[in-house]
Amino acid sequence: MAELKTDQIVLNMGPQHPSTHGVLRLEVVLDGEVVVDVKPHIGYLHRCFEKHAEAMTYPQVIPYTDRMDYLASMYMNFGYVEAVERLMNIEVPERVKYIRVIMGELQRIASHLVAVGTFGIDIGAFTPFLYCFRDRERILDLFEMTCGARLLYNYMWIGGLSHDLPPQFIPKLKSFLKDFRKSLKELNDLLSYNKIFIDRTANIGVLPADTAINYGCTGPVLRGSGVNWDLRKNDPYSIYDRFDFEVCVGKGEMGTVGDCWDRYMVRVREMEQSCRIIEQAIEQIPDGDVTSAIPKRVKPPVGEIYFRVESPKGELGYHIVSDGSLNPFRVKVRAPSFVNLQILPIISRGHLVADIIANLGSLDIVLGEIDR
Amino acid sequence: MISDYLAEFFGNKILGYLISAALPLFLWILPYALYAVYAERKVSAFMQDRIGPNRVGPKGLLQTIADILKLIQKEDIVPASADKPLFVTAPYVIFAGTFAAFAALPFSSVYIGSNIDLGVFYIMAVSSFSVIGILMAGWAGNNKYSLYGAMRSVAQIVSYEVPALLAIVTAVMVIGTLNLNEISQMQTSRFWNWWILGGPVEGIQKFLYIIPMIIAFIIFFIASLAEVNRTPFDIPEAESELVAGFHTEYTGMKFAMFFLAEYGNMFVVSAISVSIFFGGWQSPFGYLGNSLGINWLIPIEQVFWFLFKGSLLVLVQMWLRWTLPRLRVDQLMSLCWKYLTPYAFINLVIVGIITLIK
Repeated sequence: MAELKTDQIVLNMGPQHPSTHGVLRLEVVLDGEVVVDVKPHIGYLHRCFEKHAEAMTYPQVIPYTDRMDYLASMYMNFGYVEAVERLMNIEVPERVKYIRVIMGELQRIASHLVAVGTFGIDIGAFTPFLYCFRDRERILDLFEMTCGARLLYNYMWIGGLSHDLPPQFIPKLKSFLKDFRKSLKELNDLLSYNKIFIDRTANIGVLPADTAINYGCTGPVLRGSGVNWDLRKNDPYSIYDRFDFEVCVGKGEMGTVGDCWDRYMVRVREMEQSCRIIEQAIEQIPDGDVTSAIPKRVKPPVGEIYFRVESPKGELGYHIVSDGSLNPFRVKVRAPSFVNLQILPIISRGHLVADIIANLGSLDIVLGEIDR
Repeated sequence: MISDYLAEFFGNKILGYLISAALPLFLWILPYALYAVYAERKVSAFMQDRIGPNRVGPKGLLQTIADILKLIQKEDIVPASADKPLFVTAPYVIFAGTFAAFAALPFSSVYIGSNIDLGVFYIMAVSSFSVIGILMAGWAGNNKYSLYGAMRSVAQIVSYEVPALLAIVTAVMVIGTLNLNEISQMQTSRFWNWWILGGPVEGIQKFLYIIPMIIAFIIFFIASLAEVNRTPFDIPEAESELVAGFHTEYTGMKFAMFFLAEYGNMFVVSAISVSIFFGGWQSPFGYLGNSLGINWLIPIEQVFWFLFKGSLLVLVQMWLRWTLPRLRVDQLMSLCWKYLTPYAFINLVIVGIITLIK
């Protein structure tokens, strides 16, 4: 029998689409339900962050960093201020370091909650999403107590913090951590070990470790492929070397190492580890003034620095070039989502339409960071 | 039946039939759909730790009515590239299928639109009528998402009819009639006479029937979930993949028709389950009207029990929707053809053997 001649169909997903996690446009070539190719088109959220930064003084750049990965603003601040501090050789007080770590890890939990929850929606489970947002809401309440903002904080300043922790912060944080462990168990019962969920995510979008490394993937995407690489352990910055925590990697429990389920589970387990870090930080946190080391004028000497932190999405790098003036000469950002997104076509080819959505959800991208 | 009463009352046969045909729509489908949507939102809110609609009317009870009023006022958009006649008729075709199924549902011993002997067969036939409407809607919108949704939907509904019918045939083989009213009549007065518990059969056979009947009910319930496109089988409308599936391009009242049909269908499939497996309009423990000696109370109680049991199953469908993720399209097909259909077949054979025991 002569082979039936069929046409391929080009489906345009986005930029307005419920599950592209922002204004991402995917040009999908389909053969029936099977994906032949995916082409991500980015740039719909481009806001000239890097060019803007050149016209700003160093502290003025901080609010712009907030708006890159708007689900992990604290960590965006974290990377930037630490980079500038290293450029200027500022030693911040111990209390500031601890508060930054607490905030950073809380932000990691908040960001992973959104990732895990929206991944649930992508698979069709709506309820876990709202459970995740309920818990995230409590983290945002904690952030609000310190700086008044719930999404874009501008909390970490060069050399210090905008506000100290209010006295009721630590008790509230402790009660949150206690409840959050229960929520994680609930999440596992409802979603992670659900038969349908495992069927939908195991063996889907398998990303082998060597491909992940070749493409420069970082964060949970890389760790999901079984690579033990976490900058908090491998290139410790701030005071992360003082804490005892594990790096979670994908083990292929439900399918192949590096499938969607592994990437998802790495995030769930990392939330647990973040809780451990926060608990240790609460024990050790010293008293002190959080604003004492803030310089009157931020004017770094001529030079440049590349500083990287482990943001919730992966390796976030700031390359700052100083010409000795009040404004940075150049601020280049290595955005983890940008690098992680390029793996999407590789892991999606040959799967079904529904799997593109699962793959995209498991990469956990934020367009604000990709387009900057 | 009710149409004859009305014909007598108005002195005109056609008028009587017309009114009795319109009755379920105004007495039951519309109010039910309005409050099913409200219930769905409240159930989901309860399950998701939210409050749900609470602004319009007391406890938000008028929310859906406000929504419908809003939808009526919406501009009726027909996309420029749409196939206009198909696009306009599709929602009504789908709704007609649902509405027609209500004609044979026995609401009580006296209220049944049409007491036909092929009741079960008729309902299964007209409710699959909506496949045509879905395909029309998906094709007419000239949208790739609609088309994908429609194709999936048709494949799904046609496939799942097989296990659904096999499960029903299993039950009908024992029952011996396709008339839903008679089926309800058989399962008299006490819940151990319901077919899911072996039915009003004497001797050892009753106990042998229990397990196959429960299996038949479960298969039918799963298949009916797929037929009405509910989670975990809401693949045709998979919002994360296909925006809104076959009704992506619809607005205003046309969209509301799809909505109405969806909720109507949910009740129809629940009503079939209730009629066949859960005693139809029979009360599980005798009638108040009998013990009080008030005869006119009995039909009212029957209507109550029928609607109550039906709504309970609708509630189960909602509960599943807000708990489970969605299957993928190939997994959906393999579930149907590799698991449900063979199990339904084996069940059918087992029940066939049991009926031969003398």
